[in-house]
Amino acid sequence: MKFSEKWLREWVDPTLDTDALAHRLTMAGHEVDAVEVQGNSLDGVVVGAVLDVRKHPDADRLSVCQVSTGNGDIVEVVCGAANVFTGMKSPFAPPGTTLPNGVKLRKAQIRGVESNGMLCSAVELGLGDDADGIIELPPDATTGQALSEYLDLPDNTFDLDLTPNRGDCFSVLGIAREVAAITATPLKDASVDAVKGTIRDEHPVELELPEGCPRFAGRVIRDIDSGAKSPIWMTERLRRSGLRAIHPVVDVTNYVMLELGQPLHAYDLRLLRGPIRPRLAKSGEKVTLLDEREIEVNTNTLVITDDSGPIGLAGIMGGLSTAVSDATTDVFFEAAFWPPEFMAGRARQYALHTDASLRFERGVDPAGQARAVERATALLLDIAGGEAGPLADHVVADYLPKNAPLLLRKSRLKKVLGTDIEGRRVSEILTNLGFTITENTDGWHVEIPSYRFDIDVEDALVEEVARIFGYDQIPEVTAIAETPLAMASETRIDLDLVANTLVARDYQEVITYSFVGQEINTRITGTASKLILTNPISPEMSVMRSSVWPGLLATASSNVARQQERVRIFEIGKTFHGTLKAPQEVMRVAGLAYGDAVPEQWASRAQSIDFFDVKSDVVSLLEMVGPAAKFDFIAAEHPALQPGQVANILRDNGVVGVIGKIHPDIAKTFDLDKGVLVFELNTEGAFATTVPVAVNVSRFPMIRRDIAVVVDDKVAAADLVAAVESAAPELIQNVRIFDVYRGPGIEAGLKSVALGLILQETSRTLTDDDADAAMSAAVRKLQQEFAAVLRD
Amino acid sequence: MPQASLNPVPLMQALSELVAQAESAIDSATDLGALDAVRVRYLGKNAELTARLKNLSKLPATQRPAVGQEINEAKKSLQQSLNAKRSALESEVRAYKLAVDKVDVSLPGRGLSLGGRHPVSRAAFRIEKIFRDAGFGIRTGPEIEDDFHNFTALNIPENHPARAMHDTFYFPGGKLLRTHTSPVQIRSMVEEGVPIRIIAAGRVYRCDSDQTHTPMFHQVEGLVIDRGISFANLKAVLHQFVENYFERKAALRFRASYFPFTEPSAEVDVEWEEGKWLEILGCGMVHPNVLENAGVDPEEFTGYAFGMGIDRLAMLRYGVSDLRAFFENDLRFLRQFQ
Repeated sequence: MKFSEKWLREWVDPTLDTDALAHRLTMAGHEVDAVEVQGNSLDGVVVGAVLDVRKHPDADRLSVCQVSTGNGDIVEVVCGAANVFTGMKSPFAPPGTTLPNGVKLRKAQIRGVESNGMLCSAVELGLGDDADGIIELPPDATTGQALSEYLDLPDNTFDLDLTPNRGDCFSVLGIAREVAAITATPLKDASVDAVKGTIRDEHPVELELPEGCPRFAGRVIRDIDSGAKSPIWMTERLRRSGLRAIHPVVDVTNYVMLELGQPLHAYDLRLLRGPIRPRLAKSGEKVTLLDEREIEVNTNTLVITDDSGPIGLAGIMGGLSTAVSDATTDVFFEAAFWPPEFMAGRARQYALHTDASLRFERGVDPAGQARAVERATALLLDIAGGEAGPLADHVVADYLPKNAPLLLRKSRLKKVLGTDIEGRRVSEILTNLGFTITENTDGWHVEIPSYRFDIDVEDALVEEVARIFGYDQIPEVTAIAETPLAMASETRIDLDLVANTLVARDYQEVITYSFVGQEINTRITGTASKLILTNPISPEMSVMRSSVWPGLLATASSNVARQQERVRIFEIGKTFHGTLKAPQEVMRVAGLAYGDAVPEQWASRAQSIDFFDVKSDVVSLLEMVGPAAKFDFIAAEHPALQPGQVANILRDNGVVGVIGKIHPDIAKTFDLDKGVLVFELNTEGAFATTVPVAVNVSRFPMIRRDIAVVVDDKVAAADLVAAVESAAPELIQNVRIFDVYRGPGIEAGLKSVALGLILQETSRTLTDDDADAAMSAAVRKLQQEFAAVLRD
Repeated sequence: MPQASLNPVPLMQALSELVAQAESAIDSATDLGALDAVRVRYLGKNAELTARLKNLSKLPATQRPAVGQEINEAKKSLQQSLNAKRSALESEVRAYKLAVDKVDVSLPGRGLSLGGRHPVSRAAFRIEKIFRDAGFGIRTGPEIEDDFHNFTALNIPENHPARAMHDTFYFPGGKLLRTHTSPVQIRSMVEEGVPIRIIAAGRVYRCDSDQTHTPMFHQVEGLVIDRGISFANLKAVLHQFVENYFERKAALRFRASYFPFTEPSAEVDVEWEEGKWLEILGCGMVHPNVLENAGVDPEEFTGYAFGMGIDRLAMLRYGVSDLRAFFENDLRFLRQFQ
């Protein structure tokens, strides 16, 4: 919220300079975003009167003006503004003046005519951003008076970032109450004198939905001067508070809203058709708003209606059909209480965000309506004359919110804050905040004023005391608590260890968004996600990912586009599955490798990454689980991966991961023209581990025997190894594949696989006979199961 | 006189010549092959000395021992010379081999280089470690949340103005992406009861995307509930955390603020440079309604909670000026945090 410091100081004037005031507000919970200086350094600038305007002899767009600067002096000034006219009052800066933008004025010849000063625009004086023409001051401005004196400058515009609980601070009065409490400075009496009506006219109001509108204060004012203008003090205050002057009636409502926090609306009385009835909109109803936009109103929204139907969105924006205009002479003021629960989120539905809706959503003082109408009446009568009818305060009291009194216990205060605050100080703080208190030995009985609807529990009072007392006055005390040692689980591999292992294997961690486009998600996983956001940022971020790969592919793609030739990335994050009713979140670690297997270098020939490079990376992760766990890589199919280069990773027959090469068609859509290898592991399944149980290592020598067999090319190497191991499980400690060969010498469709068997006994030295027997058993197994032919 | 030819004197003379000749040959051998040829020539099966030894039997018995000893000593002496020469030549060879077996140590090593952690993970790990070391447990929670845990249980009922400020991503039917890590407070309190000391880091989501906002970011939530926990304790723990995280003394400023789930609430600024305060986190005493929603008696237990943006802490710690860089994943950017 923006407001003028001068205006505030009219209500409460602590002995603090601007910076100190801003600091105190910020510390008390009303963060000052900015303090903008208004009309600084206007020394020398006076109210000038334009006595005569003639065209410049040598320039079409310039005029030569005779300007009276007071005390009888008349100077000749060349002016470039189109809006200058004879009789106009405008700020005049004589030669020698330094303008707020640093420009120092001098006498100057402009196209052969001497200009003795300047008539100024708002922007030139630092009084706003209007650079279109010079400022027109009211005709009654005193010629020669210092402009800063005339406009009551300099001033500062405070811009506050109010918290959503403090709707009561959305006004000069609200901030003044806070300042009074923070600084223990008296506040100006906020009551407003009632204006006695001079006519009897009332406009009927029917509160048929009291829960939606428990209070509606209205007043008729007739015969105002339609040519009246808002006084400069008012338009200046509006301007310094961020609002433009529009029309005296509208300016008055804005002024009262800024001052007292109660938004008002003014209707052109002659355009109203029958009684005003606030109610919820009916399905399909439309209204054209002041901004000339026609909207269809949702049935959750309160509308103001008359016999013609909706004539405005309650508490958001009035309608065009009953709007005041330059022709308006009869006005009907509305100051209503629209409960926050009927306002929350409504303006947003129509992409509207008005000063009124902001205040009503956060709550206005339910006791402030009549006062606002009285204030507006007095102001309007002052400015535009007219005859006021009686104030009509329609109330359905049962539906007005009431603040229950609260008890603040001394013990609670100390318990929550961890420090003692003197009772007298607490009483003073509560009183200064506007609470009515009765102190007893245990604490304070506190009556809450109507505008502090945010104070609904005892701890809210604790906060009030603490923030005025000052958070900085509360000491830092380290809590002494029993902290039992935490269970140190060894049944899961720490994901930090997984990450660091990948880092050691040359993978860079990335973080990509958890939402992706439905199309790519489906293409990568083969299944459309059922977890679709209602309000995504964009279609490319509209569903919850069911694989990390789309993000990794996009990351690889953008990096390759940035001339990175080798990309090795991983991400640890959730993927999302199932339905909205029962969504499943699965923590995964996923990786992608692209480009050369190792960085380009002198010592080894460049070689593109392949399946086995990445498999080795994956196995290095899986091996952390320990030798007791057995993982199988089983050839499989996958919608994102190239057939023949895909494996499911199984543990105890359950799939815990996938590894493979991205299908070239998919790689191409990401502009990746080399092989892209990826993997993805479910951390829960893959990294569950058991505590190792040690066995004694054998003290006897090992024997190695090699076998080479020719088998069908389709036979999986892992199956050969398993068969060999099962041939003499007690002797064969390890089987390694040291060669796989296809080509000359081997019939097409077959392959030669060379296996190295490591044999060892735990209780004795193996003999050659033992080894020979194991070998024969292994060979028999291979012959039986795979029709393997022994190679010499 | 046939004995004359067997006169030992000339034999001795011839022997010394032979030895001299051999010594000279040994001396001039330049490699191990040549040296071996010398060995064969003077000490081999067909060498002169070998022949003379064989011919000893032809000498008179009285001369045999003397002559035999002479020849053996000559042999021994030559063998020693040969050995000495061999070891000299061998060490020359070794020296040569070592001399040629030298590498350009400035050439790069072979194989993989090192990857790196993401700066946000790095910061998260650091934050978790600081709190873990102080006895906080690590907790996690779902990212697809329900309205109750994300809002209602945290004292943000429907129509609360704070909801509008959360820019929530919704799913049809009311589920949503958690807008903060605070739901973990509720889940942990309900599941484990109190006393409790936990932190929970993770991804959170808000429907907001501009220069200073990304629709996904990271938060860490802290929660301590016990008997006798106060605002003074909260101030202490956060001050210690900030100084530990930034590894320096730092002035902290607790500003009054508003969160529906804490009362009193505060925002915390750190004095980054002289007189320049940066907001780094929000905190407060857990609102009694929140405790009640989690089945905890607010008369018996009090506690504090805090929440901070990990991304923001990472930006400050590592001098990153643009939040969006964290999610653009430009490898040239990320490699700085190896």
